[in-house]
Amino acid sequence: MQFIRLLSALVLMLGIFHHTVEAHAQTVDEATLRPLVQALAGDNFDDTTKAISDLVRTGDTRVSALLNALGAGDLYVSKADKSVFLGKREGTDYVATDPVTGAKLAPVPRSAAEKIKVNNRLRREIAAAIGGLTLMSENAGERRSAAEAILKTRDPESIPLLDQAIAAEKDPGIKALMSQAKAAAILNSDVPDAEKIAAITEVSAGNGRDALGLLTPLEGAEGPVGEAARSAISSINSELAVWNAVQNIVYGLSLGSVLLLAAIGLAITFGVMGVINMAHGEMVMIGAYTTFVVQQVIRATAPGIFDYSLLIALPAAFLVSGGVGVLIERSVIRFLYGRPLETLLATWGISLVLQQAIRSWFGASNVQVGNPSWMAGSFELGLLTLTWSRLWIIVFALSVFAILQLVLKKTMLGLRMRAVTQNRRMASSMGIRTPWVDALTFGLGSGIAGIAGVALSQIDNVSPNLGQGYIIDSFMVVVFGGVGNLWGTLVGAMSLGIANKFLEPFAGAVLGKILVLVLIILFIQKRPRGLFALKGRAIEA
Amino acid sequence: MTQWFFLHVDRRGSIVIALLVAIAVLVPLSNLLLPVTSPLHVPTYLVSLIGKYLTYAMLAVALDLVWGFCGILSLGHGAFFALGGYAMGMYLMRQIGPRGVYADPVLPDFMVFLNWKELPWFWYGFDSFWFAALMVVLVPGVLAFGFGWLAFRSRVTGVYLSIITQALTYALLLAFFRNDMGFGGNNGLTDFKDILGFNIQAGSTRSVLFAATALFLALAVFVTSFIVRSKLGKVLVGVRDAESRMRFLGYRVDRYKLLVWTISAMMAGIAGALYVPQVGIINPSEFEPANSIEAVIWVAVGGRGTIIGPIIGAVLVNFGKTYFTAAFPEIWLFALGALFIVVTLFLPKGILGLYGMWKGKRADRAARKKDVAPPPVAAVSGRSPIPEPQAAE
Repeated sequence: MQFIRLLSALVLMLGIFHHTVEAHAQTVDEATLRPLVQALAGDNFDDTTKAISDLVRTGDTRVSALLNALGAGDLYVSKADKSVFLGKREGTDYVATDPVTGAKLAPVPRSAAEKIKVNNRLRREIAAAIGGLTLMSENAGERRSAAEAILKTRDPESIPLLDQAIAAEKDPGIKALMSQAKAAAILNSDVPDAEKIAAITEVSAGNGRDALGLLTPLEGAEGPVGEAARSAISSINSELAVWNAVQNIVYGLSLGSVLLLAAIGLAITFGVMGVINMAHGEMVMIGAYTTFVVQQVIRATAPGIFDYSLLIALPAAFLVSGGVGVLIERSVIRFLYGRPLETLLATWGISLVLQQAIRSWFGASNVQVGNPSWMAGSFELGLLTLTWSRLWIIVFALSVFAILQLVLKKTMLGLRMRAVTQNRRMASSMGIRTPWVDALTFGLGSGIAGIAGVALSQIDNVSPNLGQGYIIDSFMVVVFGGVGNLWGTLVGAMSLGIANKFLEPFAGAVLGKILVLVLIILFIQKRPRGLFALKGRAIEA
Repeated sequence: MTQWFFLHVDRRGSIVIALLVAIAVLVPLSNLLLPVTSPLHVPTYLVSLIGKYLTYAMLAVALDLVWGFCGILSLGHGAFFALGGYAMGMYLMRQIGPRGVYADPVLPDFMVFLNWKELPWFWYGFDSFWFAALMVVLVPGVLAFGFGWLAFRSRVTGVYLSIITQALTYALLLAFFRNDMGFGGNNGLTDFKDILGFNIQAGSTRSVLFAATALFLALAVFVTSFIVRSKLGKVLVGVRDAESRMRFLGYRVDRYKLLVWTISAMMAGIAGALYVPQVGIINPSEFEPANSIEAVIWVAVGGRGTIIGPIIGAVLVNFGKTYFTAAFPEIWLFALGALFIVVTLFLPKGILGLYGMWKGKRADRAARKKDVAPPPVAAVSGRSPIPEPQAAE
């Protein structure tokens, strides 16, 4: 052993010492550290525990690796001279390393050494100790996760360490986190009330949900601490309620956007032509499948532009769905004008045919539509975590709405469409070719359904039944919002989406939906033509 | 009695009723008495199958009463059918008693499975057949009355009404899928053992169920016929063809609609109650909006505004469905979809209309031969021609 020490000292002097530990953080010399390491191999677990806290107190950076090894069961004690070494099994021997210097030692036969035993309590001690050690780490990420770990364990032992760490910390974010962790630890300890109350103030300034978890155990406490805790809890609760409402609104808006996308094309065909298009959902489905085909082609030919696949799919889906729409209008629907109930049945038949056609081509199971990278992931807003796809769908739905409004208000086609909506016969008398307008309107409505399909392919399963799930909801939106008015569709979609999300926590998702349906059925009684009904005689035909 | 009968049923209707009564007697007899080898023997599976078709036919008749004669296109009649079915299913569940898998004397298996301790209040009374039979009529009737009262009073008509009837059945679909509703959730009610003390699987029970179905269908035909040929029926056709005009003439259109709507829903409920013991299961998928729309196509195929048309349509389409889904499953939806399109485009009056057209042409030709004036067009399809479409909304 003596010889080995000499050797390692030599090695050190030669400066060829390789170790993961950064040399400048070695605050204590080998002579101090050695007996402490030796103490790890104490007779009972209490000795080991004491040795661990002694080691931690040195603040030496080698300790962390040592404790890791102890926790993993890699520390052994040799039976001959009771020296502690780091061992690795290899055949019948342990490949030994010196725990303090990291120098290679002679292999020890397995029978000549004994593992230092750890139990669960020790493992917890070790984990806490390592957490405390990494608080001082050079790596900001490690410090942050150490602080978070303490925030979870709330170990009072770590308070002095935290104090040290807070004093040394430069990053304000991590510093705040550490103070939070310290406050949490204080709440978990037996310090005087005044300190605890200060800690409560500290905690309640942080993340609401975590703070609630920390404060709830103190709620029943006596005296000023309990009072402070209770008032903090109630203020946090009211803050959380506000954020919950915000979350419901944002989620409701995103659901409303989905509804808007699905319903807006329907609103056009229904509003302009009085045609109930039961195959509308299938137009959405075709749009989603177009996205799938476009992505397949891109994957096969130019994988590099996969992130732009949705941008390519948008016009493609518009054209495909719109084309199918024009085809349906020319071949079936134009023979049924003025017979809305028959149109409803015929388009239902078309929807069955389209579903089966897609099922025959692509199979009955879901196809995999990929998300481009800019749709993945999430971001934080206050206490909310929002996914990018949720945000994008809101943006997308609103832009489709805006573009459609522009088309209706600023283009010749839009002018003609509005004329036909308001008074078909008068429009016809003024020289507007109403059949032509009808075909284009139907194409436009179907094309927008196709675009909606591109968006829905990102958040829903793409299967032949995709459209069916949306058709009734879209009808509800149109009926609720009122026919012939896109603003009605917008308001209808958003209010249904938000109502759904607000009902969900009380009633559950399914019951919430049922309630919304019942509410609409009741609403129709009051305003049979929807929120924003067109007024005038033409409607009462 | 006979006179009274023929006062309310026309020739076609009488023939259908006579036919139904005949098969109500003959099919069970042939199934039970004739040896299996006899060419006239009707096997038990066929008895159940035809029985199922007849319950569908009854649903179609109920739908025709509101759509064909009153112009209310319901896309939610399947809901009333299913509710009647659930009422019957609940009775059959209570009859299982301790023979269930968990052998609980009171609670049906699914409730034991869900850890329910006692029977929910709405299951009380369903151990009695007559209570269940009352509910079969009452539940759809009350729902239809409430719904219709709200809808017709505020003059929700046309496609709006169709859409909200669809929403109604969709809401019920979602509701019945929930386990907490206490109707067996996704799996519905099944594993029935006996009805009124008779084994539900036995050939004789099935034959009796079949006979009951045929007789109830005959009754439905009679009731429809009765309504249509009464003054009430004339008002209904008036509502169908020119609702505003009827209102201006002083008729309370909403009340007429509500009456016939509620009767139709009860009829559908009875059909559902007859359907469940013959099929042996009722689950929420019966509430699917697609089912209700399919029922509409039965009526359209047969010929709406006639009484026997829906029966023909329901039996034909369902026979086609049974055949195609077994032989060419991938073609069935194409065929059904095409049927919807073809019937609405080319056969607005259904098969009966086709028959009427053919007869009219023949009469026309005969008339031209004899150089006599052709009969007026209105006579072609019998009593109640479907009007030409009105102007667009």
